[in-house]
Amino acid sequence: MEWETVIGLEVHVQLSTKSKLFSGSSTKFGAEPNTQASIFDLALPGTLPVLNEEALKKAVKFGVAIGAEISKRSVFDRKNYFYPDLPKGYQVSQLDYPTVGKGSLTVTMDDGSERVIGVTRAHMEEDAGKSLHKDYHGMSGIDLNRAGTPLLEIVSEPDLRTAKEAVAYLKKLHRIIRYLDISDAIMAEGSMRCDANVSIRPKGETEFGTRTEIKNINSFRFVEKAINHEVRRQQEVIEDGGRIVQETRLYDADKDETRPMRSKEVANDYRYFPEPDLLPIVIDDDYIAAIKAQLPEMPDSKKIRFIEQYALSDYDADVLVSTREMAEYYEVVAQQSGDAKLAANWVSQDLLGLLNKNNWDIADCPIQPERLAVLIARIKDNTISGKIAKAVFEAMLEETISVDEIIAAKGLKQVTDSGEIEKIVAQVIDNNPDQVQQYKEGKQQVIGFLVGQAMQLSKGKANPAQVNALLREKMQ
Amino acid sequence: MALDKSEVAKIAHLARLHISESEAEEVSNRITDILALIDQMQSLDTEAIEPLAHPLEVIQRLRVDEVTEENQRERLQTLAPNSKDGLYLVPKVLE
Repeated sequence: MEWETVIGLEVHVQLSTKSKLFSGSSTKFGAEPNTQASIFDLALPGTLPVLNEEALKKAVKFGVAIGAEISKRSVFDRKNYFYPDLPKGYQVSQLDYPTVGKGSLTVTMDDGSERVIGVTRAHMEEDAGKSLHKDYHGMSGIDLNRAGTPLLEIVSEPDLRTAKEAVAYLKKLHRIIRYLDISDAIMAEGSMRCDANVSIRPKGETEFGTRTEIKNINSFRFVEKAINHEVRRQQEVIEDGGRIVQETRLYDADKDETRPMRSKEVANDYRYFPEPDLLPIVIDDDYIAAIKAQLPEMPDSKKIRFIEQYALSDYDADVLVSTREMAEYYEVVAQQSGDAKLAANWVSQDLLGLLNKNNWDIADCPIQPERLAVLIARIKDNTISGKIAKAVFEAMLEETISVDEIIAAKGLKQVTDSGEIEKIVAQVIDNNPDQVQQYKEGKQQVIGFLVGQAMQLSKGKANPAQVNALLREKMQ
Repeated sequence: MALDKSEVAKIAHLARLHISESEAEEVSNRITDILALIDQMQSLDTEAIEPLAHPLEVIQRLRVDEVTEENQRERLQTLAPNSKDGLYLVPKVLE
């Protein structure tokens, strides 16, 4: 039987605020255990929550960026369950009146096709602490530094049909969140986390099958693997005559499998009710308009602009807008070098390669965009060849002197003096009588070999276009 | 709508309350009375009425995003029955 997969994602992102959602404790990552857990975070009696204005602003910013409905009145609720890393015995969340309502985002697949994925809602809630299951004489250790960190939970419609679409959606979400600078969104550090609801149904069926929820997926790669694994498991169960049980499963990346969570870890009856310690949050049109006015240019519009303004391919533009920092870097290089296409190649290949090799952020890169622009300008005005430019690029990592000084100091200036090139060309023709003969007999490709010989003789400094033209002329 | 003893036991478990066999009868009667009141309220037409999130007609004030709390771990951990390496110790969560 042919099956269709139905996936919905629940993505939690930690909003990057200095203090917690309802208390003035720091949210800094990596502090000593419980040094950022105040009396409120520990749920000592008499403490009351006060909402962080920045968290609200960041949640609204996300909603506005994906064109979602923004609730002018939203309400916090208590989601009740008992777990030691949740001292209050309830998580403050938003059930019926989330701050961000329906919206959508468009994902582009590898083949260029586009799909619009619905976002059901995005609500604010507080994060829990961490349980350390290392053995403390038969006890568990609890660190409440993370308890109360603001989260935005972004819930998608069950619109995704393949694991690849789920990854594309998640990456798009990540890109938008990073552009908005509302979260670090680092999956490995847990500031972006993903749960997947997965079900299958016979192709053509309109009713949904029973779904399972996969938790604990902490990288883009695992999203695809975990979903594919779960789909295969569900197919096997059904094809063997079994039924899917609605349950929560954990993805185990080491074994590449999902397994059911113990019933103790699951509590389905959360008995939500409005949080009496918090009043409704009310915002007006001006508030929303002010946030809208502050939105940066978003990746989709930036990409379209890059294609039009700089005549880039869809692929190049996509690579260059993948982060806001890279797009900004590129624009400086493109404008100052005067060659947008060459700038695109250098930034998306040489620079990106360098960053990946050294595991650098673009902000850490020792080569500033203004310097790279000068290098490209020197290729453009024929001072150096593209090949020599790679050597200069390497040298720029070590040297703090200017690009022109590096070129001069290393004697890399391109030979454009036609007298000198003529000498080299004559030498190449003398040295390679066989190839010259072949060329004259019509084997045009040989020209590449001969140009290569000339470049070698000139130690890469001859202008290849000039060499090429002169060789053709001399061999006529 | 009446609530039987097994439902009372389930709700009590979710709220981590201990209700003895002898108390269960009374608790179930009292919750049943509350549900009867709710049934009566359900018969009202509330179509055009916005659900009430809070009895006070005021809205939430917001706090500036600033760190105002200091580390009081050592003091706070004296309140806890057990702690080690800065962690609060609790009965093992996973068996």
